[in-house]
Amino acid sequence: MSLARFIERLLQLIPVLLGVSAIVFVMITLTPGDPVEIMIGDQIVTPEQEEALRRDLGLDRPMLERFGLFLGNAVQGDFGESFYHRRPVAEVIAERLPATIELSLVALLVALFTAIPLGVLAAIKKNSIFDRMATVGSLLGVSLPGFWFGILLLMLFAVHLQILPVSGRIGFSSEIEPITHFLLIDTLLRGRPDAFLDALSHIILPAITLGLPMTAILMRVTRTSMLEVLRQDYITFAEAKGLSRHRILWRHALKNALIPTVSVAAIETGSLLGGNMIVETVFGWPGLGRLVVESIFVRNYPLVQAAVLFYAVTYVLLNFIADILYTVLNPRVKL
Amino acid sequence: MNIENQQNLLQVEGLRTVFETRAGTVCAVDGVNVTVRRGECLGVVGESGSGKSVTFGSVMGLIRSPGRIDAGRILFDGKDLRELDARQMRAIRGRDIAMTMQDALTALNPALTVGEQLAEVMEAHDGDLPTGRSARKRAIRERSAEMLGLVGIPSPDTRLRQYPHEFSGGMRQRIMIAIALASRPRLLIADEPTTALDVTIQAQVLELISDIRAKLGMSVVLITHDLGVVSEYCDRVMVMYAGQIVEQGATADVVCRPKHPYTKGLLGSLPRLSLRGQAINPIEGQVPELINLPKQCRFYSRCRERAPECLQVIGMQDAGNGQFARCIRVKGEDIK
Amino acid sequence: MTAVMREGEAVANTAAAEESIFRRNLHSFAENRLALGSAIVVLLFVLMAIFAPLIAPHDPAETDLFRRLQPPAWMPGGEWSYLLGCDALGRDILSRIIYGARISIFIGAAVVMVATTIGIMAGLAAGYFRGWVDVLISRVVDILLGFPYLIFAIGLMAMMGPGLINIILALVYKEWVIPCRVVRGETLVTRELEYVEAARALGASGKHIMLREILPNILSPVIVVSTIRMAHVIILEASLSFLGLGVQPPTASWGAMVADGRAFILQAWWVSTFPGVAILLLVLAINVASQGLRDAFDPRFHE
Repeated sequence: MSLARFIERLLQLIPVLLGVSAIVFVMITLTPGDPVEIMIGDQIVTPEQEEALRRDLGLDRPMLERFGLFLGNAVQGDFGESFYHRRPVAEVIAERLPATIELSLVALLVALFTAIPLGVLAAIKKNSIFDRMATVGSLLGVSLPGFWFGILLLMLFAVHLQILPVSGRIGFSSEIEPITHFLLIDTLLRGRPDAFLDALSHIILPAITLGLPMTAILMRVTRTSMLEVLRQDYITFAEAKGLSRHRILWRHALKNALIPTVSVAAIETGSLLGGNMIVETVFGWPGLGRLVVESIFVRNYPLVQAAVLFYAVTYVLLNFIADILYTVLNPRVKL
Repeated sequence: MNIENQQNLLQVEGLRTVFETRAGTVCAVDGVNVTVRRGECLGVVGESGSGKSVTFGSVMGLIRSPGRIDAGRILFDGKDLRELDARQMRAIRGRDIAMTMQDALTALNPALTVGEQLAEVMEAHDGDLPTGRSARKRAIRERSAEMLGLVGIPSPDTRLRQYPHEFSGGMRQRIMIAIALASRPRLLIADEPTTALDVTIQAQVLELISDIRAKLGMSVVLITHDLGVVSEYCDRVMVMYAGQIVEQGATADVVCRPKHPYTKGLLGSLPRLSLRGQAINPIEGQVPELINLPKQCRFYSRCRERAPECLQVIGMQDAGNGQFARCIRVKGEDIK
Repeated sequence: MTAVMREGEAVANTAAAEESIFRRNLHSFAENRLALGSAIVVLLFVLMAIFAPLIAPHDPAETDLFRRLQPPAWMPGGEWSYLLGCDALGRDILSRIIYGARISIFIGAAVVMVATTIGIMAGLAAGYFRGWVDVLISRVVDILLGFPYLIFAIGLMAMMGPGLINIILALVYKEWVIPCRVVRGETLVTRELEYVEAARALGASGKHIMLREILPNILSPVIVVSTIRMAHVIILEASLSFLGLGVQPPTASWGAMVADGRAFILQAWWVSTFPGVAILLLVLAINVASQGLRDAFDPRFHE
């Protein structure tokens, strides 16, 4: 893809991001009642603090100016004060973010590493028992409510078999001084394999729960595109060249079949964001998703607003990446 | 007989390839005998569905389920290919027998560079590549560049790093030929090498195949539906209809003195070779369904010269001079 | 399809044109039996929701502290009149599941119907008028697609507060985008077809062409998409309820029931498990049935 085209795509994001911000802004603005009073709720604040909040929100100014102010602050990472935490919202979010990113990445890996081989196998052994089981499995995967599946896993592995922990990110005795704030990495950097295993045992169930729908979808996509690819002339031509079956499947076929899989994976990574709220709630995972859910109940609106905006921007960027990946991986598409 | 066998690079005897469907067995190739001599160019002509591609797909061992080879021997250089296991067959495919396909755009892998698609043939088949990693790499590079040169593609160094979509249609066809020739095969099966191309480029590609055949001394099977192409490039020709050979012989004989009504029809429908200024006459009717065929002549329903005697099994009839046709009107003894 | 195989199959296909129709029928019959079964399951859920007061053995809101966390009937301490056991307030789980179907199905149907209606109107307008109407609608669609669905709904619920109407609104705000895109794409294609040209040449009004000429011809993909979306919406509603952002107690809703049971997974697995089974069954049945519908209605979706 040419640089000019890339920049054009990048510029196309601007109206979408502006629109997304506007909607988040309107969400807050249209909330009935005095936003300041709602935000403060039952918390004890001084009149000065209340005045400061009112000024921060720019409630005395016209709507458009307030939106401009909101945008300007958002770009600078200023989302106001979280009264509940008595700290800046951005700081609170940043603190919770590594846990969420770590969980999402592990879920993504789990999904990719199960979905792709299963999808390829199902395609190669089309209409076999294995293929049918994979189809049923993927149908179940998209029909299972994540929160319920998580609880079932907990009941089985944590309560009944008692081999995995019930909640949290790491056991008390394994806590370490953070470096990157990704525990799976930090425990290794600190030379604590025991703590690493502990962190791993904490993350495994939430990651499976979070990754399940994605696994189901990616498996279907891989199977379908692999079947499509195996029917192509270039596979016959590769056979006519006398190449090994191994090379034909994993080099000629898979390289083409993965193009849709990878771009769907990038899009679906966005849907992990929503799943995070559920999964973090079920497994007591101290990430951003759970923070947002908690914040809703304590009416910590600046935080909810900032988080929704953050999720939306991430989502838009992920879709953008999916788009780019598709063109980069697919040399045929000249854009 | 022995001397003749040595002359024959490929000898197919009584080949029967069937496709299993739930309505019954479809016999796409029914009792076909083919010989390809060393260094010769054999033209194979027929409409789509006549079994010409399936015949040579069977030779290459590329028939996939629900199709299978039901009977016959496929002798290549005296060895029966049907008795080889998958591994031995792979060693022959691409090395001794190579194939090009109708449309290079779909036959080349869009996600791999031209260089990689060339190199992998050599990797798979070439025994005399150096063993050292870098020496091997260099040898493959040189050979690849040489192959592109052979098919007339300039500046191979940049071209090898490009993807198929970056080439024009004629160029892609050349690349596919280069890939097929990369391991210096003894037999090249060119399946409709020009149908996907413009008329001007068609001639270039055919000339190229013909040149390389002379240079490398290989045999070529040219599958086409165009008798005009055959008459220009092939030594011998074989006409197929509904899974059977209906006429074969030296190109000059078959083109100038066709014995089978179907061949006559094909020639009649060809603008360039219209016999004695006759109007162009397409053959009416359709190829019969290849399922539960009656014993009679398969061309019967479309034949302009049909007679009651045609409603029986008809074998190949010798027309003299090595020309045979599956028609009762050929005078001569039944060779079957 | 490979060239070699193509010839073989062309042969096989012409020979067996009748055969393949037969095979397809046989195939879709086997599949349809599954789809039909699933459609019946969905229907049973709908009937269960409508006739909940007649079917439910107990009042779903009736608490009985003596029956707190009473196990299902087949376990020690269970009673056959409380088949699936009781929750932490001693309420009959089966009765609550039966009543919970009302919430899931009502919200699912309402959201999909409202969203599809809006989506059809917006999609027809965008695809038929094109120009600035299309630009405007497509922009709004793009922006709404910029939000992860659940987060958008959670954000809205946080602002609007809980309640039945608010859930429906929160989901519709984004849901209409999906039928809208389908309708827009189909309309763009259909408006160029001959019979639409003919109607235009005869002086038919835009409204007439959109509703009478185009709409009937693009309805089947819209119906297919709507049924598939119904499954998604039911899971979304259950997720919102699970987070405590759905309908409020004491109204029974499946998601909230699962959430209630979370505190008791150590001693009373049934409280969370059975409502989840209900969600899974309904969603799975809708998914399978809609897949059958898709195969029957829209051959383009065939693999």
